Amino acid sequence: MPTVSVKRDLLFKALGRTYTDEEFDELCFEFGLELDEITSEKEIISKEQGDKKAEGASDVVLYKIDVPANRYDLLCLEGLVRGLQVFKERIKAPLYKRVMPNGEIQKLIITEETAKIRPYAVAAVLRNIKFTKDRYDSFIELQEKLHQNICRKRALVAIGAHDLDSLSGPFTFTAKRPSDIKFKPLSKTKEYTACELMNIYKTDNHLKHYLHIIENKPLYPVIYDSNGVVLSMPPIINGNHSKITLNTRNVFIECTGTDFTKAKIVLDIIVTMFSEYCENQFTVEAAEVVFPNGKSYTFPELAYRKEMVRADLINKKVGIRETPENLAKLLTRMCLKSEVIGDGNQIEIEIPPTRADIIHACDIVEDAAIAYGYNNIQMTLPKTYTIANQFPLNKLTELLRHDMAAAGFTEALTFALCSQEDIADKLGVDISATKAVHISNPKTAEFQVARTTLLPGLLKTIAANRKMPLPLKLFEISDIVVKDSSRDVGARNYRHLCAVYYNKNPGFEIIHGLLDRIMQLLDVPPGEKKGGYVIKASEGWKLFYHNGYQQS
Amino acid sequence: MADGPVADVLLRRLEAADGGLDSAELAAELGVEHQAVVGAVKSLQALGEIIEAELRSTKRWELTAEGEEIAREGSHEARVFRSVPPEGLAQSELMRLPSGKVGFSKAMSNKWIRVDKSAADGPRVFRVVDSMEDDVQRRLQLVRGGQAEKLAEKERSELRKRKLLTEVGSWRDRPFKPYNFSARGVLPDSGHLHPLLKVRTQFRQIFLEMGFTEMPTDNFIESSFWNFDALFQPQQHPARDQHDTFFLQDPAEALQLPMDYVHRVKRTHSQGGYGSQGYKYTWKLDEARKNLLRTHTTAASARALYRLARKKPFTPIKYFSIDRVFRNETLDATHLAEFHQIEGVVADHGLTLGHLMGVLREFFTKLGITQLRFKPAYNPYTEPSMEVFSYHQGLKKWVEVGNSGLFRPEMLLPMGLPENVSVIAWGLSLERPTMIKYGINNIRELVGHKVNLQMVYDSPLCRLDAEPGPPQTQEAA
Repeated sequence: MPTVSVKRDLLFKALGRTYTDEEFDELCFEFGLELDEITSEKEIISKEQGDKKAEGASDVVLYKIDVPANRYDLLCLEGLVRGLQVFKERIKAPLYKRVMPNGEIQKLIITEETAKIRPYAVAAVLRNIKFTKDRYDSFIELQEKLHQNICRKRALVAIGAHDLDSLSGPFTFTAKRPSDIKFKPLSKTKEYTACELMNIYKTDNHLKHYLHIIENKPLYPVIYDSNGVVLSMPPIINGNHSKITLNTRNVFIECTGTDFTKAKIVLDIIVTMFSEYCENQFTVEAAEVVFPNGKSYTFPELAYRKEMVRADLINKKVGIRETPENLAKLLTRMCLKSEVIGDGNQIEIEIPPTRADIIHACDIVEDAAIAYGYNNIQMTLPKTYTIANQFPLNKLTELLRHDMAAAGFTEALTFALCSQEDIADKLGVDISATKAVHISNPKTAEFQVARTTLLPGLLKTIAANRKMPLPLKLFEISDIVVKDSSRDVGARNYRHLCAVYYNKNPGFEIIHGLLDRIMQLLDVPPGEKKGGYVIKASEGWKLFYHNGYQQS
Repeated sequence: MADGPVADVLLRRLEAADGGLDSAELAAELGVEHQAVVGAVKSLQALGEIIEAELRSTKRWELTAEGEEIAREGSHEARVFRSVPPEGLAQSELMRLPSGKVGFSKAMSNKWIRVDKSAADGPRVFRVVDSMEDDVQRRLQLVRGGQAEKLAEKERSELRKRKLLTEVGSWRDRPFKPYNFSARGVLPDSGHLHPLLKVRTQFRQIFLEMGFTEMPTDNFIESSFWNFDALFQPQQHPARDQHDTFFLQDPAEALQLPMDYVHRVKRTHSQGGYGSQGYKYTWKLDEARKNLLRTHTTAASARALYRLARKKPFTPIKYFSIDRVFRNETLDATHLAEFHQIEGVVADHGLTLGHLMGVLREFFTKLGITQLRFKPAYNPYTEPSMEVFSYHQGLKKWVEVGNSGLFRPEMLLPMGLPENVSVIAWGLSLERPTMIKYGINNIRELVGHKVNLQMVYDSPLCRLDAEPGPPQTQEAA
């Protein structure tokens, strides 16, 4: 869940009133947000680096607010305020408009070289915007939040914002050999080739995470203006030339990526959020993007979509009885402008470009329920009549583990994942003989394989409890995993029972006796006749004896 | 320490003595209670290998009043023997003698005398032997002379049984220390169940009480298809990242998928349908085939609902499961790479958010949690979604106790469930309520091989609705 950090006083000023922390927490809860932490820059630095470093840092109160992962429209102060003000019916949701420029439209031309690395781009212009320090910070922060979330750490979409007045269109989005790309990147004083930059950024704590996206590709994506000035080398870094400042009045925004839908959503979010500060509020200047096939599109889309939902469907899904008019009002409070039409039971809902999360009627139902207030909904019990059954394997497990404890053995609970060594080398078994499933991306050796036997876990439990008085008598009834090509996924679980007796003397008769007891409980007679059980010597057991009992 | 001076003396004497000291003799010599010396020995022993001590018991015997009499006058049987003249004596007369009753039967069993029942004036007693040895008298005289050790153990106990001999200082004459009820007793040797699994048993019980049927969850390995795609979780979703999920190298891919259903899922993701816009991206079968360690038991719920959808006509169900799930996460005090998930699912015609809340209220009441409130939330596969919060008395704040919602139509309709059937579901971890219940702050102290077995031995019964847990000092997320 993304966390948005906003200055409390700035937030209250924008909301037009103040709240106590408790009141604001309550408001967040009702709206589906979470006031995660109340802090300040000073407190954060002091916590992370000590009081000394925090000296002189700002002690302006910050609210850290958790935002649902699909609500990109709430990832900045501007969006949060707009959402809450509409929710509290203090303002109406703004109508976002795309306008054509007075002069020539800004053009971004995509060349076919991009096809293999980053085929999509969209663009727009924020005209006559007025930044302040806070607005500027919020603008940068929103890009960062989008990059981390919907943009999947820039892999799907990367955003570049530029001072349009420092550039001259049309712009070209192409892909070139890294050695052929040379420019002065953001916050550097000289030019570097793309190869040099990739090297430099390997030690950059922020940028090093994005290098892998293009690192091994023969061509790197790059955007030029008509004079050959580099705007950006997505998804890594922008050029320094077109850097936006507090004085920037016209912003050219480009989003490039591998997911066209998400690129369009990201652009819509940025321009709807920050067009608030344009001279003509909530208007966005269009830009034209020409694709390699010659087709040209105008962005941002800022598409409004109409959905029709029957009032009784909402009532039936939520479990309330509201009039269609009331439901329309509730939805309007969620930035979904709604009205009752047709037979008086139909509600027409306008989905704004900020609400890409609304993809089905169920999303509309949820918003109606939120506006109604989850905690105002009458709780009822469904009349669903059913007879309960236990899963037979678990039923047996439950019965048996109680009797294992009654037999004086203590239940261990060990991990299902372990190292290859645990199930193979340490037991003197070849890993290939174990039929173990192997994990491809373990962070440590502890998670290389799923266990094929419960024994290593019990032995490790004993090793960690050597200070306990002897004897130790342990058991575990749990699942192990082995490959099995007859199963749809090619592997299956088996439920195993394992017990270990640990003492200064071997005491084989004790574990033997336990086995006899288990067989007695399972009603299996001893002896080969009539399906009884027998114990036979085997290499594995000899080994177990050696490893298991002789340590003391 | 009270034993201090005695212990000092004891050590000094021990140094000087060859072959050790007798505690009783030392006590007598020092003029202290024997217990004081024993206490000094015990406290010196507790310090480690400073002294060696062994328990010796000595017994002294003395005669009872009757024993004294017999030592003086001879045993009852001897006295009977001597009373019988060579011509015999009527039994009735013999019985009137002071030693008659006891002496007669002993003398009989010693075969010193016999009875002639056919004698003219009633039974008559005759001597069998001319003389006899009165061993009883002799032995008692030995004891009186301080030579009890010359008697065999068997002989002594024979005399003791006849109440002729008594152990000096027997327990009857000793003062007893009162029982110390403030000390701990000795716990019985026993096996123990693991606390987390004790809580699991309770949760199973609660579900069964509520009429929920247990789903099979015995498949840790799952395909991405059942774990994510079937749940309408898009292929670029962060949860499908290498950073969050354990993928398999071998077997890397699922061998079989239900292809008809897969196509419906693919269409719903990439183009929409069933009233949905879809996610509008290129859905890849290869991605769905990727095997992984299931990240939630909802994968098993999806399989169960798919099986339900294929049974016609539709019958309402209540399902539950409690089993392990796996996350490739950064480990900390509250997160491990594997944990247990508890899940409840109800499918029926016309279920509402109000029904979900009603079921949750009943469920949590059984856990002893009565103050609930619900927060709007986001889950990829439920809509509407709700986080469940309960008021924690110890922390004096609302804490999240579970997650819930109605499964999305994009998940249910491709399975083939009827359109007017809603499925409500909720989930929580097993570890978190257990940590709260048993007051454990670090999950590693609860799960895995590093747990202290003493914790397992000591953990009380799990009665979720009976007692409030100890105050929790750290929030388990």
